Amino acid sequence: MKLKEIKDLLQAEIICGEDHLEEEIEMACASDLMSDVLALGKPGMLLITGLANVQSVRTANIIEAKAILYVRGKKPDQEGIALAAKQNIPLLTTNYLMYQACGLLYQRGLKSVRDAE
Amino acid sequence: MMVKIQGNEKESGLIETFSITGGDFHHAGQVSTQIKEILKELGIDPNIVRRAAIVAYEAEMNVVMYAQRGIFMLKVTPQQIKFFVQDEGQGIPDIELAMQEGYSTATPEMREMGFGAGMGLPNIKKNSDIFEISSEVGKGTCLNITIFLDQGKKQ
Repeated sequence: MKLKEIKDLLQAEIICGEDHLEEEIEMACASDLMSDVLALGKPGMLLITGLANVQSVRTANIIEAKAILYVRGKKPDQEGIALAAKQNIPLLTTNYLMYQACGLLYQRGLKSVRDAE
Repeated sequence: MMVKIQGNEKESGLIETFSITGGDFHHAGQVSTQIKEILKELGIDPNIVRRAAIVAYEAEMNVVMYAQRGIFMLKVTPQQIKFFVQDEGQGIPDIELAMQEGYSTATPEMREMGFGAGMGLPNIKKNSDIFEISSEVGKGTCLNITIFLDQGKKQ
């Protein structure tokens, strides 16, 4: 699924990384706990989170997530956005709750990190 | 706040030492981000870089969360990546318990930052080839981690 399709499906706003919208995303992991993301995450995944501090961006970089989707309308501060831009990690934000966002993406075939091998 | 103390490259490999300040959640993760960049620049296999970065990040977060200060030493030789992390802090009373997934003594502040799920030490061990931990209550904790560069030659 292209990042652009994810953006359209969730009526998301792109915070940074517009030039990455054509990239393909095959799997996702949703959590507000970065400890869990570090334990379960896989390279190339979409990180879906409501945690909008700079640690979400650092975690995405460490785990090599392809993009971050913030739910519940959350947005990181300028430092987080600057770090994401530097690390080439596109950031999106949607007003959907995490459950809704995950449901919609799963329905459209975006796999869980657990199912993607 | 993260400070790079020294860096030198000898025939025996590369050694870098960083200091980590306990309680500084804002800068937490900077040391491991830098270590990841160093390992990438050395041309190390991306899967190994990623594993090492996860180990470094979890170890750094533990210092930030549970210690007053710590030293993080990175050593890279042609055979392996070594991390030596020593902190001055509260220490771990029961290491066996701390190694169990889900066991956590995290404060609400740590959880607000997205950490403290009790996955840190088990995740460090999972991503290491050799994992050694020692701790003294009231003094601090020491981690000695090795990741082999040639995964076919694990010892």
